[in-house]
Amino acid sequence: MQPFTTLTSTAAPLRMENVDTDQIIPAQYLTAVTKEGMGKGLFSWIRYNPDGTPKPDFVLNKPEYQGAQILIAGRNFGSGSSREHAVWALTDYGFRCVISPGFADIFYNNSLKNGLLPIVLPEEVVNLLWDLVEEEPKTLLHIDLRSQTVTLPDGQQHSFAIDPFRKLCLLEGVDDLGYLLSKEEAIAAYEARPRWA
Amino acid sequence: MGKTLFEKVWDAHVVAQDEGAPAVLYIDAHLIHEVTSPQAFAMLRERGLKVRRPDKTFATMDHAIPTRNVDIELWPSDAATQVRTLRQNCKDFGITLWDVDGPVQGIVHVVGPEMGITQPGMTIVCGDSHTSTHGAFGALAFGIGTSEVAHVLATQCLLQKKPKTMAITVDGELGKGVTAKDIILAIIAKNGAGGGAGYVFEYRGSAIRKLSMASRMTICNMSIEGGARAGMIAPDETTFEYVKGRPYAPKGEEWERAVAYWRTLVTDEDAVFDRELKLDAGELQPMVTYGTNPGQGVPITGRIPYPEELEDPAERRSLISALEYMGLKPGQPMEGQPVDIVFIGSCTNSRIEDLREAAAIVKGKKIADHVWGIVVPGSKSVKAQAEAEGLDRIFIEAGFEWRGAGCSMCLAMNEDKAGAGKYVASTSNRNFQGRQGPGARSLLMSPIMAAAAAVKGRVVDVREMLN
Ligand code: SF4
Repeated sequence: MQPFTTLTSTAAPLRMENVDTDQIIPAQYLTAVTKEGMGKGLFSWIRYNPDGTPKPDFVLNKPEYQGAQILIAGRNFGSGSSREHAVWALTDYGFRCVISPGFADIFYNNSLKNGLLPIVLPEEVVNLLWDLVEEEPKTLLHIDLRSQTVTLPDGQQHSFAIDPFRKLCLLEGVDDLGYLLSKEEAIAAYEARPRWA
Repeated sequence: MGKTLFEKVWDAHVVAQDEGAPAVLYIDAHLIHEVTSPQAFAMLRERGLKVRRPDKTFATMDHAIPTRNVDIELWPSDAATQVRTLRQNCKDFGITLWDVDGPVQGIVHVVGPEMGITQPGMTIVCGDSHTSTHGAFGALAFGIGTSEVAHVLATQCLLQKKPKTMAITVDGELGKGVTAKDIILAIIAKNGAGGGAGYVFEYRGSAIRKLSMASRMTICNMSIEGGARAGMIAPDETTFEYVKGRPYAPKGEEWERAVAYWRTLVTDEDAVFDRELKLDAGELQPMVTYGTNPGQGVPITGRIPYPEELEDPAERRSLISALEYMGLKPGQPMEGQPVDIVFIGSCTNSRIEDLREAAAIVKGKKIADHVWGIVVPGSKSVKAQAEAEGLDRIFIEAGFEWRGAGCSMCLAMNEDKAGAGKYVASTSNRNFQGRQGPGARSLLMSPIMAAAAAVKGRVVDVREMLN
């Protein structure tokens, strides 16, 4: 997993609530047996016309948001299906961070396991960020995971919460598996207990 | 202070808990399917790891497979690759597989309980968000991502932060024609599609206690649509009766010990929930959704809200974009809305009880000329039982297609898709944009409401047909 420490990038405003994982990556892309290339399918229904041409109005198709590594979305982002493909699609496309007033639980977890930083900020702040990056798409946001802050060009800072353990995993770029494997003894002891205690 | 049902099951599965770290939670049963497992097995291979407990891991095929009677090997699709990949992975790692060409197969959340894998007090996970279904047995069951599938395969454990608890109490008597599906759609309409984020629901109250296991599964299934990763119902005689005698259920003396333990799995009188929600069953009506998230639903006698009626700008924006996609108007009543397709199936409503109820509505009738209807049983065993009872004849004579077991038009990964702009009266759980086919418009409802819509060709109040 790629470590996450700081990120300075432009941001794409996705002014939509309840963006479910079917929107992020439709089921037709789930037939893959590998993770690679999922970015192609990212938001495909809202990104492309039925004939495959890009919809010019969709935020990711606008030239001014090319290269943005931060996505700013409405509340309940990533709801629905548990498909980790949604996170792979976002990271494969080039996003490293999603900001929203709230994420669905499974999506939030999946993001952390792939080095995609999910940042929860209050609705007012998200509204403000939307206005800001719509007004001036070149706006650079600076994210510092260590200090848990998002800094705007004028120096305004917003802090966000993250579980300390998850933060450490992201900073170091390690996933849960190594930790779980180190618990082998405790797992074996647990398994030795009678089933109907 | 006493403990909630959730806390009892959680506490019984904590293997280790380091200061400042999430709990290491032991998983009793791990269900896998063809779509979310291939990359997990790839992760194991990359690290040279084995499956720690193949005896606690069970695989089936449901999401991508065709539901027409076709040979998967001849199926020109990536889905065939996924099926072959799962076969190979199960073979290489020694995992029980309920294959499409075998006697046991179906939607993972229908097959698990049928086989007796799902038992009270267990922790159950699957790379599928509707794993919440199994909570109907008093198990702690939730969906996980593919990385977590790899973690469970390798260690039989997951790192989990303890969620909060929310009691949802439904007391009173359900009216005629009002089903479990209506209870859960009403809960989600009230609490919002994201309202349960961070919580585990416990459904309680006299109306819940009276429900069959199939109905309880319908409710727990859609916990995720309410934002909760898991939903639970305390086990009781109805639960034990269902589990008893199933292939993987405890037997003999073991059974007695198990039941004695399971009886302790109730929320203590003095336990405290983080949040509570109450509903009066007597006030509920058949529900139907009009929007593109499952919280956007109304009673059949109701109408679609006007954006001006919503206080919250985000909700308003959501409503406007949903109605634009759905081609529906603010203030419009849902009753009378024409439908093009009727889909009876999915892990929410494809069990034998659901099919019996739907068949009773269409028996001796024909579905409307312009309606394409398909019935997709949840498992091969549901299918066989339905055929033994003659339900297949009833559906076929009414004009429905009678399919093989699988997810089918619930997620439209195979050729069972609704066309753009088509209205689907669906017994499934998600009305997301494009969920049932690109541009398709889903109206979620109960099996009897969907059956009634098929006959009339439009959304109707099924209660008028129940005399
Ligand atoms: S029936 Fe639908 S919701 Fe259920 S497991 Fe299959 S795709 Fe998921």
